[in-house]
Amino acid sequence: MSQVIEREIDRSQMQVSDEIAIQITNMNKWFGSFHVLRDINLTVQRGERIVVCGPSGSGKSTLIRCINALEEHQEGQIIVDGTELSSDLKNVDKIRSEVGMVFQHFNLFPHLSILDNCTLAPIWVRKTPKKEAEEIAMHFLEKVKIPEQADKFPGQLSGGQQQRVAIARSLCMQPRIMLFDEPTSALDPEMIKEVLDTMIQLAEEGMTMLVVTHEMGFARQVANRVIFMDQGQIVEQNEPEEFFGNPKSDRTKLFLSQILNN
Amino acid sequence: MTDIGYVRTEMLPEQDAPSSAVGVVHWIRVNLFSGWFNSILTILAIYFVASLLYGVLPWVFKSSWTAHSLNECRESIVAQYGEGATGACWAVIRERYLQLLYGFYPSELYWRVNLAFVGLLVAIAPVLFAGIPRKVLWFSAASPFAIFWLLWGGTIWLPLSVVAGFVLGYVAYVLVSKPAGSLAGTIAAFLVPVLWWLLLAAPVASGLQSIIPLASESVESARFGGFMLSVTIGVTGIALSLPIGIVLALGRQSDLWIVKTICVGFIEFIRGVPLITLLFVASTLLNIFLPPGTTFDIILRVMIMVTLFSSAYMAEVVRGGLAALPRGQYEAADSLGLDYWKAQRLIIMPQALKISIPAIVGNFIGLFKDTTLVSIIGLLDPIGLSTSIRANQEWNGIIWELYGFIALMFFIVCFSMGRYAMYLERKLKTGH
Repeated sequence: MSQVIEREIDRSQMQVSDEIAIQITNMNKWFGSFHVLRDINLTVQRGERIVVCGPSGSGKSTLIRCINALEEHQEGQIIVDGTELSSDLKNVDKIRSEVGMVFQHFNLFPHLSILDNCTLAPIWVRKTPKKEAEEIAMHFLEKVKIPEQADKFPGQLSGGQQQRVAIARSLCMQPRIMLFDEPTSALDPEMIKEVLDTMIQLAEEGMTMLVVTHEMGFARQVANRVIFMDQGQIVEQNEPEEFFGNPKSDRTKLFLSQILNN
Repeated sequence: MTDIGYVRTEMLPEQDAPSSAVGVVHWIRVNLFSGWFNSILTILAIYFVASLLYGVLPWVFKSSWTAHSLNECRESIVAQYGEGATGACWAVIRERYLQLLYGFYPSELYWRVNLAFVGLLVAIAPVLFAGIPRKVLWFSAASPFAIFWLLWGGTIWLPLSVVAGFVLGYVAYVLVSKPAGSLAGTIAAFLVPVLWWLLLAAPVASGLQSIIPLASESVESARFGGFMLSVTIGVTGIALSLPIGIVLALGRQSDLWIVKTICVGFIEFIRGVPLITLLFVASTLLNIFLPPGTTFDIILRVMIMVTLFSSAYMAEVVRGGLAALPRGQYEAADSLGLDYWKAQRLIIMPQALKISIPAIVGNFIGLFKDTTLVSIIGLLDPIGLSTSIRANQEWNGIIWELYGFIALMFFIVCFSMGRYAMYLERKLKTGH
């Protein structure tokens, strides 16, 4: 557990509604002939914060990348916000504009300033007027606590700052669901906290979040469900208390003992 | 037992670097005399450069500027600098520089070439420098047609009817894409103007000319020559090969098998054939494939071939830039909901082209110098002209002066392009 979150977490806002945000049924995916995701069934309620963990190669990143069609699934059904992901490009674009994604390596656009990174998609996808888009961008940059960096370029920022910009960039599209693909794995230890703090703040505001991470402290304190994956399958899922305190499957026990002991 | 505990109580202030680490002396020591081997190399290089200059400079400056033939030149040099003196005969440049610049363009119409050249400079300024007002880009868009009309003259309805083709293409796109989708719209936007240019543009232009005659004195392609010809072909090739190359590079990466195969086939075929071959095709074979009776200007044909040749190379350069981009950039663009063309235009291409700037400009420079190959198919570019000048009895035997002058002119242009590329790279650098 590399990072301990000291702050008192306000769970009163983190209500889970009955509305379904994401529904995945019997989903299968192959990379060539390699069966990478096997019979995935997952329902995410609006407002839920789900942490997905598991050993590398278990398919956890692939799973959340399927949700905004960065990877194509071959069998089964994914419904995001009532729209089914299919080969219909209109649906794909609609889902992508409602689902924010944060990557391990930030993937900021290095040729654009921080502000332009944040206003690009609102201007070109949502057709927001430039001035309004800039106001929105500054609002979210303030939220992730780096409004003073707006005119710099990504290459001039630290890793933690870049990741917070990446979060702000996603938020500028005002998504209803946020996906995080190992957001802190590429960061120096002292920068992990600032990114996790931003994510906790988001969770407190009731954002639906799917987070692939190894930050078990984050999982314990913010998630209301932890999913453990291995060999392309969901092996175990439970509330964090139960998951960490009383893991059921042997595979989970082994994984937890390895990740928590070092 | 020693105490290994240590706590710093005050942080050290920043100090200036010692004088031996900065300044001219430091530079000389680090860069020229950093060791015995380096020192020997420095001294050898100084000796080499000095003896080169010692040999060349007298030739350059003990020269004749006023003679009217090579023999007269030699006599005047001997008369002025003593028996056995040899020097350059710059008189040939003085006498023939207009020809080297304009070819056989009618001298009373030189102003049209000059005006076209100024127009060219104005047109490329907003493309090259961000500080120029963006409205000048409208002039840039109109300039190819204006310059064409200035150089070749003739009826103004011809360039205007070519412009009309673009307008028709746009109208076709708008009309077709609404009911039939953007793919059909794109095809229509391609087919309609091509059909217009091939079948209707010329008759319409001559029809309009007979109704409203608006023409300037026309100059035929055979009178084009010199640097003006090189610049005309070179600039056309440069301006067209980059966009065509980008389209080919994207096509080569396409998921659509047909598009990909066509692009790969085109690129590999063109790259596998020498430019000379293509120029011979342009000068002789192309007429065989065209419908009888069509006259297809030789310079236009050469321009097409040079452009195609260069765009195949450009496609590979741009592909290299695309390949150098991390996949995350595509994914970030996708995940924000940008569609393919927007992602290409806003995210991918600006970065891919930036990476490829050195190679792209290298290609441009190569293309510009390759325009001298047109002398082989009989066009009178500077090289072609130098041959014909030497064929003249007065100047028979003159070599260095002509080629030196031509080399200097090419060097100025190519060196400027290289410098501009460095400026652009510096400007676009957004890292630390």
